[in-house]
Amino acid sequence: MTRTPFILRNRSVLPVLAVLTAFTIAVTLLSHAYGSGVIPTSMVKVLGKTLCLALAAVAMDLVWGYLGILSLGQMAFFAFGGYMIGQWLMYARTEDIVAASLAQNPIPPTPLELQQATANQIFGVVGSADLPTTWAFAHSLPLQLMLVVAAPGLLALVFGWLAFRSRVNGVYLSILTQAMTLALALWLFQNDSGFRGNNGLSGLQNLPGLEGVGQAKVSVWFLWASAAALGLCYVLAAWIVSGKFGSVIRAIRDDETRVRFLGYPVEGFKLLVFTLAAMITAIAGALYYPQAGIINPAELMPIASIYLAVWVAIGGRGRLYGAIIGAVVVSLLSSWFTGGRAPDIALPGYVIKWVDWWQVALGLSFVLVTLFAPKGIAGIFDLMPARKDKA
Amino acid sequence: MPRFRLIAALVVALLMPLAVMAQSLDAVVADSIDQIEKPSRRTVGPLVDRIAATGPQGLALLQAWADRKLVLTDAGDLLIVDGDDAVDALTGDRMAAPDDRPLRPNSGVRGVIESALVASQLTDPDPARRAMALDTLARSGNADQLPPLRAALDDPDPVLAARKARLEKLMTIQHGTDPAARIAAIEAMAGDVALDFRAVLNPLLATRLVADTDAPQGNVARELRVGDDLPRADALAALVDKGALQPFMTSDEQRAALAANIVDGRVAGTPVADLGDPDIRDATYDALEASGAVPPAATESEAREALEAHRFFQLYAEPDSDVTDAARAAQVSAEVRLGAMKGVDLGLDALSLASIYFLAAIGLAVTFGVMRVINMAHGEFIMLGAYTAYTVQTLIADRTLSLVVALPLAFAVTFAAGVILYRLVIRHLAHRPLETLLATFGVSIALQQLAKNIFGTQARPLTAPAWLEGSITINDVISISSIRVAIFVLALLFLGLFLFIMKRTRLGLEVRAVTQNPGMAASMGINPDRIAMMTFGLGSGIAGIAGVAIGLFAQVTSELGQGYIVQSFMTVVVGGVGNIWGTLAGAALIGGLSKIIESLNPANTLAAQTFMILFIIIFIQFRPRGIIPQKGRAAEA
Amino acid sequence: MTGFTRMLLLTSALTAAGGAWAQEGEPIKIGVLHSLSGTMAISETTLKDTVLMLVEQQNAKGGVLGRPLEAVVVDPASDWPLFAEKARELLTVSDVDAIFGCWTSVSRKSVLPVIEELNGLLFYPVQYEGEESSKNVIYTGAAPNQQAIPAVDYMTEELGVEKWALLGTDYVYPRTTNNILDAYLKSNGVADEDIFVNYTPFGHSDWSKIVADVVALGADGKKVGVVSTINGDANVGFYKELAAAGVSADDIPVMAFSVGEEELSGLDTTNLVGHMAAWNYFQTAESEQNDEFITAWHEFTGDDKRVTNDPMEATMIGFNAWVAAVEAAGTTDVDPVLDAIVGVEVPNLTGGTAQVLPNHHITKPVLIGEIREDGQFDIVSQTDPVPGDAWTDYLPESAVLDADWADKDCGMINTDTGACVQQQSNY
Repeated sequence: MTRTPFILRNRSVLPVLAVLTAFTIAVTLLSHAYGSGVIPTSMVKVLGKTLCLALAAVAMDLVWGYLGILSLGQMAFFAFGGYMIGQWLMYARTEDIVAASLAQNPIPPTPLELQQATANQIFGVVGSADLPTTWAFAHSLPLQLMLVVAAPGLLALVFGWLAFRSRVNGVYLSILTQAMTLALALWLFQNDSGFRGNNGLSGLQNLPGLEGVGQAKVSVWFLWASAAALGLCYVLAAWIVSGKFGSVIRAIRDDETRVRFLGYPVEGFKLLVFTLAAMITAIAGALYYPQAGIINPAELMPIASIYLAVWVAIGGRGRLYGAIIGAVVVSLLSSWFTGGRAPDIALPGYVIKWVDWWQVALGLSFVLVTLFAPKGIAGIFDLMPARKDKA
Repeated sequence: MPRFRLIAALVVALLMPLAVMAQSLDAVVADSIDQIEKPSRRTVGPLVDRIAATGPQGLALLQAWADRKLVLTDAGDLLIVDGDDAVDALTGDRMAAPDDRPLRPNSGVRGVIESALVASQLTDPDPARRAMALDTLARSGNADQLPPLRAALDDPDPVLAARKARLEKLMTIQHGTDPAARIAAIEAMAGDVALDFRAVLNPLLATRLVADTDAPQGNVARELRVGDDLPRADALAALVDKGALQPFMTSDEQRAALAANIVDGRVAGTPVADLGDPDIRDATYDALEASGAVPPAATESEAREALEAHRFFQLYAEPDSDVTDAARAAQVSAEVRLGAMKGVDLGLDALSLASIYFLAAIGLAVTFGVMRVINMAHGEFIMLGAYTAYTVQTLIADRTLSLVVALPLAFAVTFAAGVILYRLVIRHLAHRPLETLLATFGVSIALQQLAKNIFGTQARPLTAPAWLEGSITINDVISISSIRVAIFVLALLFLGLFLFIMKRTRLGLEVRAVTQNPGMAASMGINPDRIAMMTFGLGSGIAGIAGVAIGLFAQVTSELGQGYIVQSFMTVVVGGVGNIWGTLAGAALIGGLSKIIESLNPANTLAAQTFMILFIIIFIQFRPRGIIPQKGRAAEA
Repeated sequence: MTGFTRMLLLTSALTAAGGAWAQEGEPIKIGVLHSLSGTMAISETTLKDTVLMLVEQQNAKGGVLGRPLEAVVVDPASDWPLFAEKARELLTVSDVDAIFGCWTSVSRKSVLPVIEELNGLLFYPVQYEGEESSKNVIYTGAAPNQQAIPAVDYMTEELGVEKWALLGTDYVYPRTTNNILDAYLKSNGVADEDIFVNYTPFGHSDWSKIVADVVALGADGKKVGVVSTINGDANVGFYKELAAAGVSADDIPVMAFSVGEEELSGLDTTNLVGHMAAWNYFQTAESEQNDEFITAWHEFTGDDKRVTNDPMEATMIGFNAWVAAVEAAGTTDVDPVLDAIVGVEVPNLTGGTAQVLPNHHITKPVLIGEIREDGQFDIVSQTDPVPGDAWTDYLPESAVLDADWADKDCGMINTDTGACVQQQSNY
């Protein structure tokens, strides 16, 4: 039996990678730092962040479109990843500043004094001066990078194990994931939670040690990193959903009980995919927040995760490129419409301002997509070859 | 009438030192008109006393001043204004009503004025004035006011007489000079849990920490043992305060001392660059200490010696030990009752929260039970109900009437909204619960933004009728606002109504049949589509009622539903679906637990909410189908 | 590929053409960075309108340096990361010379790294928690010593409050303000157990337990006062519950720092009458400038019912100070304007003047108002202008710090050693 390489079986992989590469090169050549400067740095950041959101959407599609779990707490992992990298960014940058200021003293500081002064700078804003135990590894980039995937992965593992073990599924599971992200958000909102409460972590766009480089270059680097992560994870996701493994998880989506009767460890499969998706989401978050510059508990509120589900649904779930299309189209449209640049529509007697009406349009379009186009935007691609076949 | 005034003036006169009596009202006002215009609580006391001493005219002026009816005209005249009437405050002549605004002494100054008026008001013929005087005394009585209160204990009004007697006891405990009388008063009131009595007892029992080599003078509450009753750090701090121990050196001080002794880049022979190591720092400091360059720092052995040489006491501020003993006994006897009553109060709060959650969740539970779909727009239906009530209130001024109209109207509006949503969206997504969840979420964000566009983002007022304002107070500990009682009654009413519909009507029978087995019900001639529509409308309608209830005690905003939707989901999930008793149990559990966690950590309401959700996540592990799980074939679906 | 190169050439040609525009009479651009949608829209939209009104007035007077002003309005949508994005856009794409914006502290902290990196100029018009002085920000709202501490002094001295309930929404402004107040009260001899602190989430609605706790504070016979940093809508439920518990302003006075005319307009104020708020401006202030300002505001909005409030006054002071500094410097470049702005004195609306200090804060009088039934305030106390203090004197770490951008060019100076601790802000 000959096995076709999965790249060929997944006809979307090559086109997606090609588009991604072309896009990255184009943006680089048009950027301020490496090209003509047509695309301003703020736009480069927007595009880089959009790639991260697309990556989160791919992970969401893995969980929802392929495994059948509508997780309404996916952004908890996204933000968790952001917090983990943010800890290092904030600590290292503050430590540099503090070390420079302590160097003015005649007596060199002890490591403890340096740490205390750094903690005081970071936590002074929430009225504390001690470094919480949650920041024990903040001084080390490798450890925090490990935590970016390990901590959200562990959270997903524990939560998934508890939930799948007791056979919570369907709508119940959705509600439970929503409760998880809400609990995390509320916990982080407290000022004494050790993550600076509502202030969140800020100044993340400034990379420690690279102050002189300038945001124009840094933002392009992050765009590259985001594109690379998206490409790699897309290949990984495509590989997962193609072979036999993919068939099993799709079977679980369609009828869990039957798969269990066939002798597959359903819970194990679910747990593996759920945890993996959480890790991918966390990587997306860790790339997103340094571009956004600030992370704060509001990012974990349930609404953000629901939006993620909305993007996947509009793009077309059950196909990975659909998730990317959904995330890119809806988030860019959203920012265009709420940016105040979309022209108002003047009706006789009433002016429709998009700032006010965009949400209404989005909500309704979402209902319409669910009702009439369950395959989402990506469903259009189905129509094209279908016509060819007929012809 | 004049007799009352005379007595009042006489009482006042008796209390005033002779020296301040001599001035006339004109003279007093003339030389302190600036202070009358811009008074300060700290300094206004003597002036008020001088005005009060001038007689009835002065008292009337003070009363008007406190009531914000005193006007200082541009011409410099002081007028007492009452509606359109005005009289000259100094002469009593009738005057034209002035245009100027009355003087507005702040509430601190008003307190001083009212305190000066107490003596005369206690015997005022108007019971309202006498009650006001008692309020003032209860708020801030002082020792001087005890004799006039005792002189005025008789009162034709039995309620006021009882209050006077009670106040007399309280003030005796606070300001009395005869220990026997104070102890008698304490014992007479022992076991009382009222706030005012506790407010009197607690200061008597206030203590301070004293470190001394021997038992100190004064009323000792008890001796503390270091380590057992008193943390060592606190004991050391007390010794440092007393001057019996040198404070320990902080790392900043050590560094400063080292920096002061740098010679040629070295401190006591150690290169400065090495001082980043804490051990080397200590060693260097010791070297400096040995050479006598820095004073010796406090050491552990010194601390130990000082601790051994001293004993620690709690000393009452109140010098009389008999009084403190009686107060302690009275406090102990009240403690158990107080604890029980606090528990009851907490229970009432929990009950109130539970009934709100019940109202908010019941609609969700019904629709989930019948159709297995979650309506994410449920929260917006709650909001819709609240905005309906607000709109009705802007149209109908009478609050009672508007509420009577608003309740059924809110039900009707949200019922209709629910039916429309069902016909247009949910019906087409039957058996696809996750899609329904997302589609209704789309409806939710659209409705929320629509509400913002129509009503604005600002909170809108929904005011309860006067008879629902205030609270039902059993004593100072147990009380609950009337509006919450009304909501509780409302929840009960809907529980009853719901049970009636389900158990006694054709619709209920059909709903139960569809819930248990839709296929079988359909083959028995029941139209599941119609039943689903009706239950969806009913559930939405109740959400509208919940919206009115929530709007009455909180604020009406477009995000009102959002605040309750997650809790409602939790209630349904914890309680178990398809069963009203399950919803009730879920609401009671969540409401009760929220309040208990909140009372354990009163400073942080957010933490309480976090723990609540964590609890639910864990609870689901053990009862994945809720407290009262659905039975039968439908449960497996 | 050739098509792509052509596009590149075309676009770069366009940008070059853009550069050639600069000439006399070209409008001076200022950015307006206030949320027009989302939760903060209700407060911030008013400030956007205020800036637009001020620009219109200034243009009617002939603009600045003979050039007209043009306001570039963007909507950061109450989304904190978006504030940073939009600020970068304003500074690099729209090339604005000054930004008027931000309301919450988080949004300011989000914008701070961007404007410090790109050397922008931000006028921040809202009362805040202090502990900050950036080279690129002019703080025209109150620092804690211009609102919180005088208000607490008033409650101690005039109302005789001995026991304190510090209630706040759980975010940075209440937290830091309460920390400062806690230290301040303790330094004035208030015992630890006489201070009750509670934080609630945004939009909190279930106040029964907290109000009961506050009432129970009176159990030891001391006069209780509430200092409220409760934000936004949550206030409505709080005051309702307070009234339901039968607590009047005479029993337990509430001093609010976040409740102003805008928040009260359209609300049923019967439950609030007699409670207080501390600000640096009330609409009821009696001065000629205030009457003119209110009239202009009503004309601009076409609505006689629109109220004015403290952040609007702060916006106006910031705008006028900027105009004065630009006129003095003869340019809109940030560095000369910053040099010129320190010491600038412009009239405020309460009959005095506001001076820009070397620490980039301004002088403001402190006003205490009692809430009236019509949603306006009776001013019961007004102090002389107080200079804003960037670093509070009541927290040990901040007490030794000072800011001086005029002589020392530093926002964080250790007063013991005279050394500049750091030039960049903490964010």
